[in-house]
Amino acid sequence: MTKLIVDGKEIDVPAEYTLLQACEAAGAEIPRFCYHERLSIAGNCRMCLVEVKGGPKPVASCAWGVRDCRPGPNGEPPEISTRSPMVKKAREGVMEFLLINHPLDCPICDQGGECDLQDQAMGYGVDTSRFAENKRAVEDKYLGALVKTSMNRCIQCTRCVRFSAEICGAPEMGATGRGEDMEITTYLESALTSELQGNLVDICPVGALTSKPYAFAARPWELGKTQSIDVMDGVGSAIRVDTRGREVMRILPRVNEAVNEEWISDKTRHVVDGLRTQRLDRPYIRENGQLRAATWQEAFAAIAARTGRIDGKRIGAIAGDLAAVEEMFALKALLAKCGSANLAVQGGDAFDPGAGRASYIFNPTIAGIEQADALLIIGSNPRKEAAIINARIRKRWRSGQLKIGVIGAKADLTYDHDHIGAGTDSLNDVAAGKHSIANVLKGAKNPIVLIGAGALARQDGAAVLALAAKIATDFGAVKDGWNGFGVLHDAASRVGALDIGFAPGGLNTAQMTTFGTLDVLFLLGADEIKPADGTFVVYIGTHGDRGAHRADVILPGAAYTEKQGLYVNTEGRVQMADRAAFPPGEAREDWAIIRALSDVLGKRLPFDSLGALRQAIFKSVPHLMRIDQIQAGNAADLKKLAGKGGRIDKTPFKTSVEDFYLTNPIARASAVMAECSRLATGQMLTAAE
Amino acid sequence: MSVRRLAPKEQQPASFAFTAENLAWAQAETKKYPEGRQASAAIAILWRAQEQHEGWISEAAIRVVADLLDMPYIRMLEIATFYTMFQLEPVGKKAHVQVCGTTPCRLRGAADLIEVCRSRIHHDPFHLSADGNFSWEEVECLGACVNAPMVLIWKDTYEDLTKDSFGKVLDGFASGNPVKPGPQNGRQFSAPAGGPTTLKETT
Repeated sequence: MTKLIVDGKEIDVPAEYTLLQACEAAGAEIPRFCYHERLSIAGNCRMCLVEVKGGPKPVASCAWGVRDCRPGPNGEPPEISTRSPMVKKAREGVMEFLLINHPLDCPICDQGGECDLQDQAMGYGVDTSRFAENKRAVEDKYLGALVKTSMNRCIQCTRCVRFSAEICGAPEMGATGRGEDMEITTYLESALTSELQGNLVDICPVGALTSKPYAFAARPWELGKTQSIDVMDGVGSAIRVDTRGREVMRILPRVNEAVNEEWISDKTRHVVDGLRTQRLDRPYIRENGQLRAATWQEAFAAIAARTGRIDGKRIGAIAGDLAAVEEMFALKALLAKCGSANLAVQGGDAFDPGAGRASYIFNPTIAGIEQADALLIIGSNPRKEAAIINARIRKRWRSGQLKIGVIGAKADLTYDHDHIGAGTDSLNDVAAGKHSIANVLKGAKNPIVLIGAGALARQDGAAVLALAAKIATDFGAVKDGWNGFGVLHDAASRVGALDIGFAPGGLNTAQMTTFGTLDVLFLLGADEIKPADGTFVVYIGTHGDRGAHRADVILPGAAYTEKQGLYVNTEGRVQMADRAAFPPGEAREDWAIIRALSDVLGKRLPFDSLGALRQAIFKSVPHLMRIDQIQAGNAADLKKLAGKGGRIDKTPFKTSVEDFYLTNPIARASAVMAECSRLATGQMLTAAE
Repeated sequence: MSVRRLAPKEQQPASFAFTAENLAWAQAETKKYPEGRQASAAIAILWRAQEQHEGWISEAAIRVVADLLDMPYIRMLEIATFYTMFQLEPVGKKAHVQVCGTTPCRLRGAADLIEVCRSRIHHDPFHLSADGNFSWEEVECLGACVNAPMVLIWKDTYEDLTKDSFGKVLDGFASGNPVKPGPQNGRQFSAPAGGPTTLKETT
């Protein structure tokens, strides 16, 4: 620890701190543009100048270490001043230089109202300009479908260059030329390829990089802001949903160090237009092979007519990727009243809730990746399945302390890894200790065995899961104080479903979709399911997607921004999403639909409000009550799971996410996601414009 | 200095490949640096690519050098656009004249040399002459102030120039018999112009 005096106040900070961090620790506010906590230090904007007593010039506090400060002549602690006349003059001077070439287009700039430059010019600048010459003009660059550029506004902080190289792991942005002619661009203006590129807009301190889909859509001060949780993947990133009236205008990240730090993936951010299109806003009934609009009463009556006469065992329900815990719990309760336990969540057949929580959550936790020193990835492409977790792995890898081995399809994961093999043979080899990665795992202090949804969504998923657990337990990934067995789920609903036991008590997904097993199948937003011919399908969902096309009755539900719901992310963290807007038309919250349906079916469910429903959930699964916390899994369960064994096919693993941008009904309804998908697959639009 | 961009597509060759000799040299160059630091050799190798390719860097060459050093293309583009010694557009086949226009040369008549370039090569810098054999640019100090004014053509400097002697230098390149590099007024290197002024007597 080092003693410092900042603005007359003595503080004690770690020696590796920079002056900027020390000043912040002392409560002083330091303006900055190029400095960002999660990026390397550039020190080129000069906005963070402070005065160090004894020095002839102000120093850039972001690039000046506390240990570089010299003590006074009698050994007094170094004195820093952030409010002296010298600092004020320096800041005014720097701001004047920055504004020399910055256009005065705040009224037409999308960053207006949330612009660092605007705010700091108000706080630290002067009110007049002495610059009468022409301003510099820079051509705008094409960066792809998500990032719009207005390069006149760029102040060359190079945050975007550092972000794409360090966090995204796709070093595509750079600064060409020099001096006044320096320009930020990609190589020959090719589109960015990272799935985190949307964050460039947040990281740009001015309006040079703005959101293309959100261009000229709204001003920050007219938006209602709702803190919520993302459901596009299993990560459960913290988001802020900005709405104007009934419409969701944009989605921004919130800081949650334990989950997403301050990044979100492009799907999370830009799925917004998918919430508006293809929506189911009234019930539909299939009559003579055609869907027709109907009233709720008609729709319920049609379901009652089909389910009333049949045996409960011939009713089933499958939950989709976006379902919240509440509606799954309600649906489970309804089916139980009908006498059925034919429940499944999409992609969840490999898991057995009875095997304990440790068998299906990401035990090491997302933040725990930063303690890992060895990682074995099995049948997963985390870059596509959970881009935020991939960024966390990359962060750890960049520290040089993480060795990574991959079994599965070859892919650019943005970090170096040892590709062991594509299929189950390699997995068996590793399990038998025949590969060098086995020694790496054994020798590691905190090894992680990460198994992806792609490896578990196969016929032999349960056996692969057991083998992965065996590798984890055999090679020391499960020990006192560390549980390194992690299942990486690609869907937001799955862990929640398994927690409440929304899992096969009778038939599983494959059996439910076999011809002749079921008479009535409830699809709770499940679109990746192909129900058998002759099954009466009730689709409760939000979008006219695959599930709705097959449905016999459609009950319009609420999307994740339109309901309050509990979601459990892949590490088992319980999080609550909040309602930012209302469902369109006659659509209702899903749990309320199920409750109303239960009345019509004569199996009235015992909860009349969301509060009562939640009480019932908490009573049966108490750990769901602890929002933002993780109920840790029991390591002993993994030992049991490891002993299960099972036959494993020879087919190679493949990732569960073929197209990152089109994984769920909301994303498939989004034009922006479709455009991104086209760019990513290399198909250019050749339409006559 | 102005914004430096790559040459337009029409002028870009489809591909670039090092000669076997240059490739071997480039690989030896990368070995000078520790494993993982091969990017340190970027400028030297890019310079060799420019020498091999008629004195300018093509887009294909940037990619080839970047691949050789395992660097992202954009990093190599940054280098090529940052340093003005890398020519991004075609230059004269016989001579690319770099006229020093910094103060000492300017005082000694660099403006005259630029005038010659304008009339004999092209009115504007970085433009090829009508026959494509010559181009010129004004550069900052090349460090031969004592022999001002001077020009740099390829690797040699031609110093103590006047309008006439500069014309002869250009004639030499045009005919394929370049004059001897160095001072063009007869003096030896940067020795005093009219013979020695000190240490004349030996005792």
